[in-house]
Amino acid sequence: MSNKVVHAIYNDDDVLLAAVHKTKAAHYHIEEIYTPFPVHGLDKAMGLAGTRLAICAFLFGITGLTIYSFMLKFIMISDWPQDIGGKPSMAFYQNMPAFVPVMFEGTVFFAAHLMVITFYMRSRLWPFKEAENPDVRTTDDHFLMEVGVNGNEEELVSFFKNTGAVEVKVIDKH
Amino acid sequence: MYQFSSRLKSFSFALMVLGILGIGYGFWTAPKTNEDVEKILKEQEAHHGGAHHDTHAAASHSEATHDEHAKVEEHASHEATTHEAEVVDTLKHEVAHVAVDTASHAEVDSTAVVIAPVVANHKSDIYVSKFHKEHVDHAAEHKEHVEHVKHQLQNKPWSALYVACIFFMLIAVGALAFYAIQWVAQAGWSPMLFRVMEGVSSYLLPGSIIFIVILLLTCFRVGDNHMFVWMADGVATKGHENYDHIIAGKTGFLNIPFFLIRAVIFLFGWNLYRYVSRKNSIKLDQTRDMSFFRKNYNAAALFLVFFIVSESMMSWDWIMSVDPHWYSTLFGWYVFASFFVSGITVITMTTIYLKNKGLLPEVNKSHLHDLAKFMFGISVFWTYLWFSQFMLMWYSNIPEEVTYFVTRIENYNLPFFGMVVMNFVFPILILINADFKRLSWVVVMAGIVILAGHYVDFFNMIMPATVGDQWFIGVSEISSVLFFAGLFIFVVFTALTKAPLASDGNPYIEESKHFHY
Repeated sequence: MSNKVVHAIYNDDDVLLAAVHKTKAAHYHIEEIYTPFPVHGLDKAMGLAGTRLAICAFLFGITGLTIYSFMLKFIMISDWPQDIGGKPSMAFYQNMPAFVPVMFEGTVFFAAHLMVITFYMRSRLWPFKEAENPDVRTTDDHFLMEVGVNGNEEELVSFFKNTGAVEVKVIDKH
Repeated sequence: MYQFSSRLKSFSFALMVLGILGIGYGFWTAPKTNEDVEKILKEQEAHHGGAHHDTHAAASHSEATHDEHAKVEEHASHEATTHEAEVVDTLKHEVAHVAVDTASHAEVDSTAVVIAPVVANHKSDIYVSKFHKEHVDHAAEHKEHVEHVKHQLQNKPWSALYVACIFFMLIAVGALAFYAIQWVAQAGWSPMLFRVMEGVSSYLLPGSIIFIVILLLTCFRVGDNHMFVWMADGVATKGHENYDHIIAGKTGFLNIPFFLIRAVIFLFGWNLYRYVSRKNSIKLDQTRDMSFFRKNYNAAALFLVFFIVSESMMSWDWIMSVDPHWYSTLFGWYVFASFFVSGITVITMTTIYLKNKGLLPEVNKSHLHDLAKFMFGISVFWTYLWFSQFMLMWYSNIPEEVTYFVTRIENYNLPFFGMVVMNFVFPILILINADFKRLSWVVVMAGIVILAGHYVDFFNMIMPATVGDQWFIGVSEISSVLFFAGLFIFVVFTALTKAPLASDGNPYIEESKHFHY
């Protein structure tokens, strides 16, 4: 199987969006699109599934709330219930208002940090990671669509030329 | 143009008629005399059965001893004539002595046996006189208690009316504030909904007229209305039986003329803005003259400055002053958050109603989503203020401020914590989901719970000070809500018929039509 891909390069996001619609209509499989900034509606045009990061964050938040609640319950009520300034330490609910600031911050802390870490893991981002940039111009002012070549190469190249690409290259991908 | 549907109109009339009947019933059945109150207390006691409330127990105790009163007095006086006080005292001393020494000194036993009958006799005597004294205190206490309960029960229909009246009026104020913010912020999504917001805020004028009437009735104590303690006779007069040192120190602010003047200024200012803004908004549609847009922008900016000051003072006057011994600095914002979220909720529900009738074709799911986001966000904001107020007072536990929450937690436990569930837990779990915010039935359901929750919030702010532990969500409360709900629906939907529902002169209207999120 050949590892050939077409790199169609555009210099306008509207042209890119129109090209994505055409490519989808022609049933070519878009491998990846590189853009210098978020293009509104690109994910919808490509038909990407919605992110579930928000659901993760919600679950992380609940985890944080549970952990902090149990921590406070254990330390302040179960392990050593001291009388500190007359605060009732007989049961968790009696002293709960004093714990709420901690529980709230714990919830936010877990939701935020774990969601960010999840995002990094899911997007495979870490320090010293080698950049996967096929063309340096895509971080500046060009947009690049990568489509796998299956079958007629000539036809594919002319198709992308017609979508308004400023440059179409066929590249052997290793 | 929107046509007021006849079904909705008859529905609103039905609500008003039912409400008026119920309000009338509430006033009719409020106790007029102490005897009525005695009867009610007896009934309450019978209902409660074995589980005695403190006050009921005290009341029943006095009831029972009333009959014995004469007998006991006779007995006591008889004893007093046959025995000298000195004798009683020495014997009392001996009794104590014997009781202490019985265990260690066996020989004392014989003497103890000898004097035992005598002592027993005197003991009962001492007991009787002691009991008698207590009994007299009880009678006075009971009378005071009955008087207290009478005032609370007489306040009940008034407070029910007051809570519903201020709640619905403030919904209109909340919608008006939201509307002004949209103008000042030059929001691009909301001009589609300006007519709906103007419709909801149109209740402000009739609402504030009724409110000012109720305030006047309260100030001149028409009927048995004791809602505001600081308005009672002689609270600031030294030597008067009603004299209250703390309230006397506040009369510079809390006096009836100044109170009424402030009320008139606040209500006039809000109504003036609502009138000017509505007029300019309609003119903008008709003439497409951008000067009206600028006028409305300036009016909204000025209004918001006036509003934040007047709103804060309004909350001290109309709500906080029912508890004149208590004060809280963030109270104004807390009240604001409560009626602001209610106003936004009513705007949302009205929009959904009109949209479902096909009258707002250009309002899309993104508008709904934005409104639901506001409902969600301001609900959380309300909770933040509620908790900040509660927790700061709970934590420091200074007696002069914490009594406010002590009475609420003891006597209003379910409403006090129930409203936190309705105004926070429920919306946060339902409206956190982006897909849910686009489903009108979910938003309406959340809206109903939020509105009910904020009614309970206002109930919790007023009732503990006016009716105390005699509260009950009964005929008076429900009828008052029904009456004002009916009036609200009638006024709002009548106002909606007065102008086309889509405001098309606004420069942001195209953006608003194509708004999507």
